[in-house]
Amino acid sequence: MKTSFVKRAVLATAMLAAGLGWATAQDKGLENPRSTAFHTALKDKTVVFVPLSMGFDLTEGWAAQMRKQADRLGYKFEVRDPAWSTDAGAKAIQSLITEKPDLMVIHNPDIQSYARLLKQAQAAGIKIVQINLESNTTTDSYVGADWTEIGVKAAEAVAAKCDAGKGISTKVAIDTGVPTAASDVFQLDGIYRVLKEHPDIQVVSQQATEYNPEKARSIMSTVLQQHPDLCGAIGIWDNQDTGTASAIKEAGKSDQVFLVTSGGGNRVGCENVENGLFNLYISYNVPLQGDLLNQEIVRLLTSEGTAGEVQTMYFNPLTLITKANVNQRNCWTLDELK
Amino acid sequence: MSLSGNTDGTDRTPFFAKLLRSQEGIVFSLAIVAFVLFSVLLPSFFTTGNLLVLVRSVSILGILALGMALVVIARGIDISMIAIMVVSVSWAFVIARAGYPFEVALVIGAVFAVVAGMIIGALIAFGDVPPIFATLAAGSVIYGTGRTFFFTLEMQNVPPGNDWFSVIGQGNVFGIPVTIIAFAILCVVFQFLLSRTRFGWTLYAMGDNPSAARVTGMPTRPMTVAQYAISAMVAYVAGLILASSAAAINARLFNSTMIYDILLVVVLGGVGLNGGHGSVRNVILGTVFVGILLNGMTILNIDYTIQNLVKGVVLLLAIVVDSIVNPRDEQTSQQGDL
Repeated sequence: MKTSFVKRAVLATAMLAAGLGWATAQDKGLENPRSTAFHTALKDKTVVFVPLSMGFDLTEGWAAQMRKQADRLGYKFEVRDPAWSTDAGAKAIQSLITEKPDLMVIHNPDIQSYARLLKQAQAAGIKIVQINLESNTTTDSYVGADWTEIGVKAAEAVAAKCDAGKGISTKVAIDTGVPTAASDVFQLDGIYRVLKEHPDIQVVSQQATEYNPEKARSIMSTVLQQHPDLCGAIGIWDNQDTGTASAIKEAGKSDQVFLVTSGGGNRVGCENVENGLFNLYISYNVPLQGDLLNQEIVRLLTSEGTAGEVQTMYFNPLTLITKANVNQRNCWTLDELK
Repeated sequence: MSLSGNTDGTDRTPFFAKLLRSQEGIVFSLAIVAFVLFSVLLPSFFTTGNLLVLVRSVSILGILALGMALVVIARGIDISMIAIMVVSVSWAFVIARAGYPFEVALVIGAVFAVVAGMIIGALIAFGDVPPIFATLAAGSVIYGTGRTFFFTLEMQNVPPGNDWFSVIGQGNVFGIPVTIIAFAILCVVFQFLLSRTRFGWTLYAMGDNPSAARVTGMPTRPMTVAQYAISAMVAYVAGLILASSAAAINARLFNSTMIYDILLVVVLGGVGLNGGHGSVRNVILGTVFVGILLNGMTILNIDYTIQNLVKGVVLLLAIVVDSIVNPRDEQTSQQGDL
């Protein structure tokens, strides 16, 4: 009897101890091997961003988000700022090909300039994500707006206001930026595809502004002098089109000329929708693009595949902002992204 | 200009031949030819509205050219004007957005511009740094300082809630844009300064022969500091008008061809780069000629790149014809043109 009591007591103690041990293990949690592998794969990796230039809403926004993720996940993030010089950008990419970072994020000034360099970089084993402005060369990934879609949407909006019998006239002006940029060539294709279906609409002016608001203002003033019955205008970028809008406002034609522009959805652009300077603002939503960009960076850094092996692209959704839906959710400030 | 005829009236050279003896005359003739051609070919060119737009679109360029002409007459050159313009105005807007009263912010911007101009002037006057290098380097330093310490984003909208400010760039008095009036007022002020004050006479003396001016006891060093302070202030005023008319200022103008456009106006109008001659009349002539060309080409819907090409060809033609009709003499070969 005594023996069996001792036995039982020992067994109970052992079970209790084992139970406690298990419980202790449960308290400390279980190591997730996938998490460890994920973080290990990212550690010590290097990502370099080559923008058109730092210092404007789009590039500052993306860089802020990329930097935040790099800090969180422990990889290195650098910016090589060519300050609007295509030549400096090409040199930066050339030197990066020898430095061999793990991944480059490229913002192309036009569809041609970096095309060969991007091929070389991939051949050297550097993975490449292109952001918002495409090159002729497809790389591991492209994230950004579909400029053709923006052109289609802009032209459809203008056609809805200015087609025969709808507006004061069927006259439309187009303000482009830099004629060789992806944003221009693809967007113009989109615009003219739609306008072909609306033969009554006349494009009375198509001028390049070099993204300069004062140049845009001056062009629009002259166009309005020549065509006081202008019905619509399509601008290629909100930053330049503050000038276009000022000229329309100054001529007292804000109610007559329907102005469509596009941009990253910065708060400053939204202010211009609120105060009636822009009638339609097609936003490609920088915070959303930044998230997609970050996702692509991690996917490629952790992937076993070699550079250029699989090429993907994703055209992010567009937000059509008008006075009716301009709100905090659609618009952002740089401080919010930092 | 000294060849343009004898004062005693014995010169029997036909009027047109006399006109074509000076660069000013050549440019004047070209301007008339372009004006007549456009008026005949483009039905909407010769209208009051378009002529106002024409002058208005180049007024800011004209204002900047006044500042540049003042420095060039005294045998200097100011390549830093655009940097001073964009940095001081952008900074003023940033200060205002940070919560300071707009008026205070504008005063701070003005002080920054003048101090920057004085430092550049001191470098040239006391440090004997050649003006082209001093202002070229200072421009980069000012722009770099601005982008690094004063503002992150290149594009700065006019702070909201300051409606009076938009009057400067967008308002009209008796149908004439305020921008044109501002240009006209500054022309009168500069004409008075150059032709009726001791300051103006000293400028011509310094430009004509700096050593002689110094030997005769003219305060050439303080004068140099004053010139660059004035051109910096002119740049600031032009920047405010520009920002007011386009509802925003874009610091990227620093990287544009604007400074060359200013020099184009000054040189084309006939203010010699070797100093000592030229007047407000030359600046107005240069400004109006560039205005006629740009306006006509915009109406003709000519591509931006071709517009630049035409500007360049016209400038080259003017200089070549000037060299033929005014051959270099002993004095210019000793002085050099710049």
